[in-house]
Order: sequence, then structure tokens, then C-alpha cells
Amino acid sequence: MLQFIWRRLILLFPVLIGILIVTFALLRLIPGDPCYVILGERATPAKCEEFNKRFGLNDNIAVQFMRYASNIVRGEFGDSIRESRPVVDILTERLPFTMELTLGAMIFSTTIGIFLGIISAVRRNTIVDVVTMIGANVGVSMPVFWLGLMLMYVFALQLRGTPFFIPPSGRLTPGMSITPLEEVWKLDQLTGFSKFFIGLLSHSAIFTTLASGNWEAFRDAVWHLILPSVAVGTIPLSIIARMTRSSMLEVLGLDYIRTARAKGLPFNSVVWKHAFRNALIPIVTVIGLQIGTLLSGAVLTETIFSLPGVGTQLVNAILARDYPVVQAFTVVIALIFVTINLITDFSYAYLDPRIRVQ
Amino acid sequence: MAIENTAPLTLEPLLTQENRTPLQNALRRLFRHRSAITGMIILSFLIFIAVFADFLAPFDPTKPLPDIPQSTPSCIHALGCPQDQPQHIFGVDGNSRDFLSRLIFGARLSLQIGVATVSFAIVIGTALGAIAGYSGGWLDNIIMRAMDILLAFPGLLLALAIVTVLGQGLINALLAISIVSIPVYARIVRASILQIKELDYVTASRAVGASPLRLILYHIMPNALTPLVVQATLGIASAILEAAALSFLGLGAQPPTPEWGLMLGEERNSVFNAPFLVFLPGFGIMLTVLGFNLLGDGLRDVLDPRLSNADVK
Repeated sequence: MLQFIWRRLILLFPVLIGILIVTFALLRLIPGDPCYVILGERATPAKCEEFNKRFGLNDNIAVQFMRYASNIVRGEFGDSIRESRPVVDILTERLPFTMELTLGAMIFSTTIGIFLGIISAVRRNTIVDVVTMIGANVGVSMPVFWLGLMLMYVFALQLRGTPFFIPPSGRLTPGMSITPLEEVWKLDQLTGFSKFFIGLLSHSAIFTTLASGNWEAFRDAVWHLILPSVAVGTIPLSIIARMTRSSMLEVLGLDYIRTARAKGLPFNSVVWKHAFRNALIPIVTVIGLQIGTLLSGAVLTETIFSLPGVGTQLVNAILARDYPVVQAFTVVIALIFVTINLITDFSYAYLDPRIRVQ
Repeated sequence: MAIENTAPLTLEPLLTQENRTPLQNALRRLFRHRSAITGMIILSFLIFIAVFADFLAPFDPTKPLPDIPQSTPSCIHALGCPQDQPQHIFGVDGNSRDFLSRLIFGARLSLQIGVATVSFAIVIGTALGAIAGYSGGWLDNIIMRAMDILLAFPGLLLALAIVTVLGQGLINALLAISIVSIPVYARIVRASILQIKELDYVTASRAVGASPLRLILYHIMPNALTPLVVQATLGIASAILEAAALSFLGLGAQPPTPEWGLMLGEERNSVFNAPFLVFLPGFGIMLTVLGFNLLGDGLRDVLDPRLSNADVK
């Protein structure tokens, strides 16, 4: 297993360099002089000279790339043009919410998806199965942003005043506030990585409210996460349900299942203990593959529900041509994506010993 | 069981069964596949609308109607409309354009978008995959590592990044989505080539003096066609979704283009007072994507029986 992990980590290296090259090339490929592109109307030849010197744009392209790579490794992403402050600060504010949303959507899609998949495999060709599979086909074809808007319409407008009302937008109900973690834990003068890390944690509404024991705000934060999570999670849910169903059907048809039934084990325990475990490998793979869909969906859903995540910021940055922000966010999301894919690989190597020793 | 209940056995004469080509067989199975049929019905409906959009649409989709006051909340004729109001089946959008006409032209645009992006991606992807698979060695390595890197980004995110470089607009958005989906096709073609290039009939053909191009086009590609067709059909579905998403964010099609994603984006703030304007374009997208997905699943089952084994048991 350790050897397998090493091999995968070594294979990761070229991909990481590739990500750096692509994001580096992003800024260089923009047509026109970078100085004029970034400074816009404020650009004058004198200012451009200074700009080029400051960012080392007169150097050899290889030197520039090495500088860029070492900056990224040290966590220095430069300054946002629009907000003139470090991109890292923006990232600390925005990333936690996107992670919360992705996680929420993942919990929603895996639990319900696996459950529905197993039910339709066990009750194959019954009405439950047919309805679930039609639902899965429709679910997989839904545009995330449309589903989000429709959910908003139903739960925030049609069901207003009923117990099923769910707030349509924002992170917390207006007027509700959360105490920053620095105050809760009496931390001050943090520097470097610990500042970044505590910053990340304290911008996660769910974590902060939990840590400070503010249950009302915690409930509110979770409440606001429901609709976006459902919107983001629907496509993965459909795919997971379909995969679970076909994987379970394959396993349920095997001889050892018949043996287990024949020796008198109860049906439920055969399904859950004997069949589900072996059906799990393709399911885990497909869950891992959905991470990209989840992250992309988060970008779209945040803009609809006006939520303070990476997605809203990214779209605004693209529209405002705030290139450093676009670059940094792309790098970070790609890194998260690659990391999660790696974890998926490890987890099915753990589940299936055959994969470790190929 | 009573004997009279059993149906009399009819023996189908084996010899009278005519010989069918593999294509005829595949088509027969396709027309018996439930989800494939549903997909084809949906798609023929949409193609009909797209082809005859000019005749079906009652108004110009991009020009505001002259006689509609800007402030009128749109009234939907399909749900019943007072006599004194202007009669438009699906109402009028925020810029006083006939919504039905925009929806109809949106169908045409959506299909064009899906087919165009996927065709572009297939051409480039096939070329890259064929070169990589046929030549092998360092060229193969470079091409396939580049494809791996493209796959290291979540699809929509890479498309967003590419649009940032190219600038906003429908064509650029389509280009971005094409680039993002190239690796899938390159991998499929490369895998088929690796499988087939050492087979005897290919070696024989090479011994007779066939050029690499001829080998690839006439001997290898026909074998890669099945997975390509399946992937392309499913690929059109996701291309339409992604293009709509980019337009929705304001990075793809620009107003007044009647693009479904853009229409949704323009009207998203009126979801509470005119839900129809948000519901219909999204429903259109869903229907189109569903059609391609169902057809793609059907094609996969029909063309590649190995993949559908799990469902047959």
C-alpha cells in the first residue's frame, strides 16, 4: 500500500507542473501588452516601464516561470487589481464557503444516491425502480442554475409561511452575526500559515458557530446551505444512484450471494454486508469523479443564491478582468481537485487489494 | 398449470431468416430500446422546431415589440389572458420581446452549439489521439501528458479560464468548451489504435505498402467509431449544459441572442414575479440534454453489449 501511495505521488508531480504552466500561460496568452491589459486606462509608457520592472516582465520567460512557481509554492498569489489587496486574503474569505457547499452537496448526493440505487437494485423492475431511474435520467440533464432558481421559487415563495420555508439567499439571516474565532479562542498576532489557517476556519460559518457554541447561528447557517446543496448535488446524486444500481445488480447476481441466501442469512444482511461492500468500488470511483461536477456546480450555484464563495468572486473577477484573482483561484481549485482525486485513488486501492499490486 | 393455457410452440424456421448487416442489426436493436426511442422522439421534436424556426416563430426573436409598454407585467396567454392584453402564448420578456419566438430560436441555437463544439473537439481529439497512438514513444508521451493536464481541471473551471483569455462571446465560449472536451476523444481514439495496430490484418496491410494515413482512416478508425459515437452523443449533452452555464454567467452568448442560458440569466431576477420566463428556457435546456443523454445511453447499450452486461442479468 505504501509503495502504491509513493508511485501515485510521483506521478502527481508532472500534473502539478502542468497546472502551473497552464495558469502561468493564462496571463501571457491574453492578447496585448500585459501592462496595458492590467493597468487599462492608467497605463502610460513610463508607468509601463515601472510596471514591467516591478513584476519582472522584462526577464527571460523561463526565469519568470520559475519565479511564478516559487511564489505559488510559498502561497504568494500577488494582489487583486480591483480590490488592491492580497489575493490570499480574498481566498481565505471565500474558500471556506465553497468547501462547505461542496461538502454539503456531497453528503446529500452520496447518502440519498446510494440509498436510492440500492433500493432500485433490490426491487428491480418495480415501480420504485422505474421512477428512480426516470428521475435519475432527468436529474442528470438538469442545468444546475435552473434547478437552483426553481428550488428558490418553490421553497422561498410558494412555501412561504409554512414550516417548509427555506431562505433563498445569503449565508445567514440578516441581523445574525458570528464571533470571529480569534476572539473566541483569544488568539492575537497570528502570522504566516497559522493566520491563514485560522482565517480559513473562522470564515466557515458552520465551524465557527460550532466552536463558539452559538447554536442558533449554527442552525441558521445549515438552513441556508440546504437549497444550494440540493441544487449542486442533484446531478451527482443521479449518477451515483445509477452506478449503485448497476453495480449492486452485478454483485447480487453472483454465486456467493445465492450461497449466503441459501444458508439462511436474512435478506437485509446479505444486501448490506455481503453485496454492498463488494459493489462499493465502482461507486467510490464514480463519487470521486463527481468532484469536478460539484466544484463547477458550486461556482454556478453561488451566483444564484448570492453566496460569499469562490464562484461569485471568480465570475466577478473574470468580468472585471482581475487576472491575478482568476489565476490564483484557478490554481487553488485545480489543486483541490487533484488532491481529492488522489484521495479517491487511495481509497479504492484500500477497498480493492488487487489495484495495489498491478 | 392447465395445459390449455400454454401457448402452442411455434418454431421459427431458421433458414428463412434473412442475413442482416451489423448496422441493420444495431439499428433494429436501437429501435427496440426504450430510452433510445424516447430520446429520438424528443430530439426529432427539437430538430423539427430548429429547422422550421423561421416559420414557427410568430415574431422576430431579437427585436422588441413596438406596441408593448415596458412596464406591463407579462401576461401568459397559455395560462389565460384578459382580452384587452396583448396575446402572446408564453408572454413577453423583460425587454418586450415575444418569448415563444425566443424559445423557438433558442432550440436552433442549442442544437447548433452542441453539434459544433463536439465536432470540433472530435476532429482535434481524434487527430491527437491517432498521432499519439500510432507513433508511440516520446510524441505519445507529450500528447497524452498534455491531455492529463487538461483533465486536472474541473471542466467548467478550465472553460472559464479560457474564456478569460479569449474574451467573452459565444464563439469563444464554444471554443473553450471544445478544448476542455478534447482529451476524452483523444483517449478513446488512442486506446482503439493501441488495441488494433498490432493485429494481423493491419500488419498485412502495412506490408503491402499502405501509408499510415490510409491505415488509420480505413483500418483503425472504423473500430474506434463505436465508442466515439456514444461519447459524442453524451458529449453534445454536456456541451449544451456547459455553454448554457457560460451564457448564464454572462460570459457566453451576448444579448440579444436568443440563447436559453442567456435568457435564463437575463430573467433570473424576475423568478419571483414571472417564473415562466425562468422556467421555460431551463426546461428547454433540460429537454435537449435529456434527449441526447437517453439516445447516448441507448446507443451504448446497443453498440457495445459488454458495457450493458450489468443491466442484462
